[in-house]
Amino acid sequence: MSDLKKTTDWFAACKVEDAVHNGGVCIKYENSQIALFYFTRRNEWYATQNECPHRRQMALSRGMIGSAGEEPKIACPFHKKTFSLATGECLSGGECAIKTYPVKVENGLVYIGIKN
Amino acid sequence: MEKVIVIGNGMVGHKFCEKLLGKNRSFDITVFGEEPRRAYDRVHLSEYFAGKTADDLSLCAEQWYNEQHITLYLNDPVRRIDRESKTVYSAAGRIMQYDYLVMATGSAPFVPNLPGIKKEGVFVYRTIDDLELIKAYAAGAKNGVVMGGGLLGLEAAKALMDLNLEKTSVIEYAPRLMPRQIDEAASHILQTKLNELGLAVYVNKGTTSIEGRGKVEALRFNDGSELPADLLVISAGIRPRDELARECGLELGAYGGIVVNEYMQTADSSVFAIGECAVFDQLTYGLVAPGYEMAEVAATKICHGERVFGGFDMSTKLKLIGVDVASFGDPFITAPNARTIVFEDTNKGVYKRINISNDGQFLLGGILVGEAEAYNMLLQTVTNAIILPLNPEDLLIGPRGGAQPQGAGVAGLPDEALICSCEGVTKGAICNSVTNLGCETFDAIKACTKAGTGCGGCVPMVKDLMTYTMKANGKYIRNVVCEHFSFSRQELFDLIKIHNLKNYEDVLNEIGNGDGCEVCKPLVSSLLASIWADMILKQGNDTAQDSNDRFLANIQKGGTYSVVPRIPGGEITPEKLIVIGEVAQKYGLYTKITGGQRIDMFGAHLGDLPLIWEELIAAGFESGHAYGKALRTVKSCVGSTWCRFGLHDSVSYAIRVEERYRGLRAPHKFKSAVSGCIRECAEAQSKDFGIIATEKGWNLYVCGNGGSKPQHALLLAADVDSDTCIRYIDRFLMFYIQTADPLTRTATWLNKMDGGIDYLRNVVVNDSLGMGAQWEAEMDARAQAYQCEWKAAVEDPAIRKRFNHFVNAPEEKDPSVQFDEMRGQKRAAEWVTV
Ligand code: SRM
Ligand SMILES: Cc1cc2nc3c(=O)[nH]c(=O)nc-3n(C[C@H](O)[C@H](O)[C@H](O)COP(=O)(O)OP(=O)(O)OC[C@H]3O[C@@H](n4cnc5c(N)ncnc54)[C@H](O)[C@@H]3O)c2cc1C
Ligand code: SF4
Ligand code: FES
Repeated sequence: MSDLKKTTDWFAACKVEDAVHNGGVCIKYENSQIALFYFTRRNEWYATQNECPHRRQMALSRGMIGSAGEEPKIACPFHKKTFSLATGECLSGGECAIKTYPVKVENGLVYIGIKN
Repeated sequence: MEKVIVIGNGMVGHKFCEKLLGKNRSFDITVFGEEPRRAYDRVHLSEYFAGKTADDLSLCAEQWYNEQHITLYLNDPVRRIDRESKTVYSAAGRIMQYDYLVMATGSAPFVPNLPGIKKEGVFVYRTIDDLELIKAYAAGAKNGVVMGGGLLGLEAAKALMDLNLEKTSVIEYAPRLMPRQIDEAASHILQTKLNELGLAVYVNKGTTSIEGRGKVEALRFNDGSELPADLLVISAGIRPRDELARECGLELGAYGGIVVNEYMQTADSSVFAIGECAVFDQLTYGLVAPGYEMAEVAATKICHGERVFGGFDMSTKLKLIGVDVASFGDPFITAPNARTIVFEDTNKGVYKRINISNDGQFLLGGILVGEAEAYNMLLQTVTNAIILPLNPEDLLIGPRGGAQPQGAGVAGLPDEALICSCEGVTKGAICNSVTNLGCETFDAIKACTKAGTGCGGCVPMVKDLMTYTMKANGKYIRNVVCEHFSFSRQELFDLIKIHNLKNYEDVLNEIGNGDGCEVCKPLVSSLLASIWADMILKQGNDTAQDSNDRFLANIQKGGTYSVVPRIPGGEITPEKLIVIGEVAQKYGLYTKITGGQRIDMFGAHLGDLPLIWEELIAAGFESGHAYGKALRTVKSCVGSTWCRFGLHDSVSYAIRVEERYRGLRAPHKFKSAVSGCIRECAEAQSKDFGIIATEKGWNLYVCGNGGSKPQHALLLAADVDSDTCIRYIDRFLMFYIQTADPLTRTATWLNKMDGGIDYLRNVVVNDSLGMGAQWEAEMDARAQAYQCEWKAAVEDPAIRKRFNHFVNAPEEKDPSVQFDEMRGQKRAAEWVTV
């Protein structure tokens, strides 16, 4: 835990009520875009890069989330490639993995962890 | 490590590598291929014209050879074999030694040596390169001619037709088409059918020369006649590629080809020949299934196993051309060696012939034209020597008097029956994969047994076997939605209604499991919308929608959206046209008239959508539902108000129809059109439901569509009045919504319906289910309750907020969106192809 503290900057992304239930929103972080998912059904938060590696579309936050077995996943709205929300691994084969970020909620604010 | 060299990276050469690896991994394998690409599916070559890419046709993934540690040299034909030193020499200068040499060089099209044959515009039909050349040349051609009316010639002709030449003809030297497969009478029926499809057929034509200055312009025949031609495809038979074998002194067949024994060995026991280049028992085999069997035999021999090649059945079915033609067993055998039963129907264009043994016990062979569903079963009856039923004519025309013909159906086949001859998969193996290996979908069986991965001819039979086995195991067969719902769409429809479930979460909690996915979410959302007609973005249903529904707009390349306001019947006032122009100008949108008689504005930023719609709604527009599985457009022709032929006011009626069904959610999108007379300018017969004015009222057509598999609509009711027509449409749509599989257009739904259009007519017109009144009332209620969802969206601040690209920077647009310019408007910047 102390290790994580040292290497991770927590940045306040939005308020809990700004996030949508069982879906994603897009967060601007400096010059990049992060997709933030509130998996209300499982009471889990996930964050990944917003860009889908397939055709490099800024789109993942607009996709549908769900599960394959226990694995939480996101499906890109463009061609329905799916990625694990937990590990970022591409579940439809072929594409490279997406970046994931840790998320925490404190006092009604959602924080995304950026590794230094 | 023993070294195996394979010459030829075609279908059989590739299969050989797979087979050898499957048996023993301790060989060092090198493959030389003459073509520039790795092995591809030549059997489905013509699909290249239908949009398949070289990659789609490829027989393995790009990395496959690498991963299997096989060295593959493409674009590098072997030029010489020295058998003494066991060495091959390639065109690129590679010199390599082998312990075993496998020749899989295939064959080449035979090109007769006619005067003028070298002219520009003359092609053969064998490789992807050939097809690319033909495609490029066809752009400037009008008259396509195929020389040769055999199986491949007809396939090539179909391909030329698909290239939209003005005229395509086939010429055949023999007095009939497909002389090796079918008889005179069958050829007659086939010719008539092909003529109907727009293909000109000339038999008894011996070509004497190819005329033209530099490039082909006409063909001249031995009867003195000429045929204009500016693109000629030669399909006059194939010749085995035996040039290497000839040079190194291997024995060749009387008509060419490399002579092999039952182990596929040539006279030199370390040299094998397989596929189309091999001659076994004085025969070459121009089909892929025997080639695959040869690959198996050769691989077994190299691994010191025991398996022999014993000849192969040459039955075939013509694909693609739009007329079913099949020939199996011995198609031509006649008295005194056999008895024949012939069924001929020149009215429908059907010809069927079976040849049976003199004692009436066995099927020996036959021919089918125009209707060939029975092919697989008949072929099995021949190859497995299944005893014929008492009235073998039942096999051709079906049993009369309601009884099932004996021995029909997959149940009657022995376990050894070879179902997939390409991959050598038996009935027993398929049933076993279902019963013991848990394969309960066609894809699972395919992955597990490889059945159906070759020519695909056995697919219907594999599916039948799967259903049969599952039923025999006491399993109830359903199309379940996905891992989260073990119900079919139709069952979900009923359950949602019975349990009164109003949003996706409730449905999942009550009757599903897990956390949902991109398959069941949009499906359930569509059902909820069909059943309850609630606002589509009601909290809880918003994120369970496909992106297009969630943002009420179609997402485009680059991440912008399109805006399509409804323009009922295609009628629009000048004032409204001006508003569209102004809005498009203000928000920088690309505008285009769509194929659906309305206007699409492209390139809107997510955040601009509510602003744009606010302006459009203020001017009297509403959502066009271009994004939903819902009613799209009802096209109209101008009709009796202006047109001198118009019988009724088709525009007013189209608007009435469009306003009744707007917003209605269904298993797939659906479209309509109304024409003012039989000239059919609104193309109503290509729609899910289409209406054409008659002297006495309207004719209602249903279940047509355009798209990738166009199908004409069928007449459901004739000469009905305006109100009756609407009632029928109500019933028709409700029945469709309730019973169709997900993402099934009405045409496909009807194709799968037992009893077809007659059954549908019974339900809709004769109210055979007694549901008519209820369906009409439901539709009425829906139409009353209709509200524009875009209006509801812009008026609700919570929903509006969802259209901001950045939730933490609501004012900012997505900086990654980029446009290019074209003809004075913008277009989406090309996306990367990684
Ligand atoms: C805009 C338009 C092309 C045009 O510039 O003319 C168009 C554009 C699209 N069509 Fe279409 N189709 C358009 C008329 C047609 C027509 C012609 C017609 O309706 O008379 C057809 C053939 C007729 C038919 O459907 O039977 C047509 C057959 C398809 C199909 C194939 C459907 C099928 O059953 O095979 C698809 C794919 C699908 O829906 O799954 C499709 C899908 C699409 C999508 C929605 C693809 C997508 O998901 O992004 C395109 C979205 C454009 C956008 O972003 O707004 N579009 N599309 C036309 C819009 C009509 C309208 O006013 O709403
Ligand atoms: C349009 C079309 C449709 C067909 N439809 C069907 C069908 O429906 N059903 C069916 O069963 N069959 C069909 N066939 C036939 C089927 O494609 C062949 O039987 C099969 O491809 C034979 O495989 P092969 O490996 O023997 O030959 P090929 O697939 O032709 O492969 C031989 C390869 O060897 C290469 N080669 C030749 N010489 C050398 C050399 N010296 N060095 C290196 N490489 C060399 C060739 O360039 C070629 O790539 C069809 C064929 C065509 C053209
Ligand atoms: S179908 Fe054609 S001819 Fe008939 S009313 Fe319409 S526009 Fe006129
Ligand atoms: S861009 Fe995401 S799947 Fe294609």
